[in-house]
Amino acid sequence: MTANPAIVSLQNIGKTFHLGAHTVRGAHDLSFDLHSGRTLALVGESGSGKTTCARIIMREYIADEGQLLFHGTPVTDNTPKGLKQYRKNVQMIFQDPFASLNPAHTVDYHLRRPLALYRRDLKGKAVTDEIHALLRQVELDPELVAPKHPHDLSGGQRQRINIARTLAVGAKVIIADEPTSMLDVSVRQGVLELLNRMKRDLGLALLYITHDVATAHYVAEDIMVMYGGQILEWGDVNAVLSNPQHDYTRMLLSAVPNPEIRFDDPQSRLDPTAVNAVREQAKQLHPHVKTAGPNHFYRHTAA
Amino acid sequence: MNNPLLSVQDLSIEYVGDKTDFRAVDHVSFDVAPGEVFGLAGESGCGKSTIAFAISRLHKPPALICGGEIMVAGRSVLDLDANELARFRWDEVAMVFQSAMNSLNPVLRIESQFHDLLKRHRGYSKAQSRERCAELLKLVDIPPDRMRDYPFQFSGGMRQRIVIAICLALNPKLIVMDEPTTALDVVVQREILQRINELRRELGFSVLFITHDLGLMVQFCDRIGIMLDGKLVEQGTADQIYRAPTHDYTKKLWASFPSFHGPAPRQENAQ
Ligand SMILES: Nc1ncnc2c1ncn2[C@@H]1O[C@H](COP(=O)(O)OP(=O)(O)OP(=O)(O)O)[C@@H](O)[C@H]1O
Ligand SMILES: Nc1ncnc2c1ncn2[C@@H]1O[C@H](COP(=O)(O)OP(=O)(O)OP(=O)(O)O)[C@@H](O)[C@H]1O
Ligand SMILES: [Mg+2]
Ligand SMILES: [Mg+2]
Repeated sequence: MTANPAIVSLQNIGKTFHLGAHTVRGAHDLSFDLHSGRTLALVGESGSGKTTCARIIMREYIADEGQLLFHGTPVTDNTPKGLKQYRKNVQMIFQDPFASLNPAHTVDYHLRRPLALYRRDLKGKAVTDEIHALLRQVELDPELVAPKHPHDLSGGQRQRINIARTLAVGAKVIIADEPTSMLDVSVRQGVLELLNRMKRDLGLALLYITHDVATAHYVAEDIMVMYGGQILEWGDVNAVLSNPQHDYTRMLLSAVPNPEIRFDDPQSRLDPTAVNAVREQAKQLHPHVKTAGPNHFYRHTAA
Repeated sequence: MNNPLLSVQDLSIEYVGDKTDFRAVDHVSFDVAPGEVFGLAGESGCGKSTIAFAISRLHKPPALICGGEIMVAGRSVLDLDANELARFRWDEVAMVFQSAMNSLNPVLRIESQFHDLLKRHRGYSKAQSRERCAELLKLVDIPPDRMRDYPFQFSGGMRQRIVIAICLALNPKLIVMDEPTTALDVVVQREILQRINELRRELGFSVLFITHDLGLMVQFCDRIGIMLDGKLVEQGTADQIYRAPTHDYTKKLWASFPSFHGPAPRQENAQ
């Protein structure tokens, strides 16, 4: 389908959590690829397994089933050295831009550390130059920002530091787990545009996890809709959003906030019984893949 | 407004620093009627959360209320003594904060977190608390049979719903919601807010609602106040703020709002 070969691939990944008497399906039969220069959006219900999916890609969780591939080769080296090598290429950005920065350290320190770990070739002034180049890359003024502490920065600036950090490591794949949900609209767009530019200019592969469907179609070429550990529908972002096939996707899209329809309007009301019926159905195993278009697929319970 | 449930008058709040003080809230006044949903919108750092915290005096140093008045149901919040304040929180005003989902006690089962509150404020037995807990969990679409689980066993979104259920436990008159659904998917967000909308009609509580999502704000709120750098620059009905914003800043906010349903938002519609 795509010109660029996949950097990271998931093949039939499964993961079950055991919680005393309960088991939770964290991931079931997940298969998808992340390509250089492309963004894949991952949306879905809270608790559907989006972060689990991210953690499997980060190799913080080991899948029970299936395979994780890096440049086409199954990832098997679980030694600290193997993990470090992998994470040099695959990095994550978290939702809370503050929690992931240490309040005791300056911005300079936050970038110096990954460089010391992953860019041993850089010495002395070259390190400072690189830090400044990274800050410029995320559109921050190095002189102004490098000496600052996280609490002297706005949320949007902090998230830019987190992005700069992944670049410092030299990552080729960025897993962004709700990177803008704690930022306001104006700042949000700036961060998303930055991610878009990185993708274009540096050829990064991005997995963009979000609840904000409206932003997904600004930044992503492809989208996946997840429910209960399964990807129910996926493909070209415009195809999926304009012609949703699975009932859960339809429901999700219909619930995207719309200032034209007030909650007091009975027409806007999501009927809890109908919602739960869709959920019950979505929870079933969906072993069958159907094709809705050249790059648009969905899953079904029956063949 | 006659007999508002919440009345914020000329409120100013400063963060006191070593060298300079920073005025985060600057002479802000607004009223919220019983049963009304009032929204506060504005860019990050404009002072929304500072107001939200101050309403139940949960603001901490260096934040200092340096002027104005906060009245809830005719009583001055700033005059409450420590005992009155302890009663007032949860009983009259409950809060759901930005990262409330991380505020659950990690070593207590969900039912115990309900029991703590219900025992303290209502003298409930364990059995009574359990019954109420089941009722409240159902309200937020969590199967009541999970009340014996611990917080880490739920996703972020589910934990946020649990916090909302705890807030409803004592039938408060006002619920302050600071980005309550930011971590939730839009279906669950809609279900919760739709439910809260029904419950406020049924039970008559008021809501102070804070979100970054202007579209959501217009859907849910009766009236909206727009803040800029600590000042309330415009307030009006949701419809007016959406269709006929008067302040330049409000127009600018709409211009940067990513739209999913309609065409990209209009720039200036007024000349
Ligand atoms: N370490 C764990 N132990 C047990 N259960 C877990 C663990 N991590 C996740 N889960 C469960 O797996 C499911 C998926 O969780 P996950 O955090 O991946 O969801 P999510 O889609 O990221 O949700 P959200 O949108 O709320 O962030 C949830 O039911 C969660 O309770
Ligand atoms: N502890 C503090 N010390 C000094 N200044 C603070 C402190 N807490 C907040 N501020 C400042 O007060 C202002 C208002 O902050 P507040 O948290 O109320 O903003 P907000 O409107 O809720 O923003 P957001 O949308 O990001 O949540 C900000 O400029 C912030 O930097
Ligand atoms: Mg998550
Ligand atoms: Mg805030």
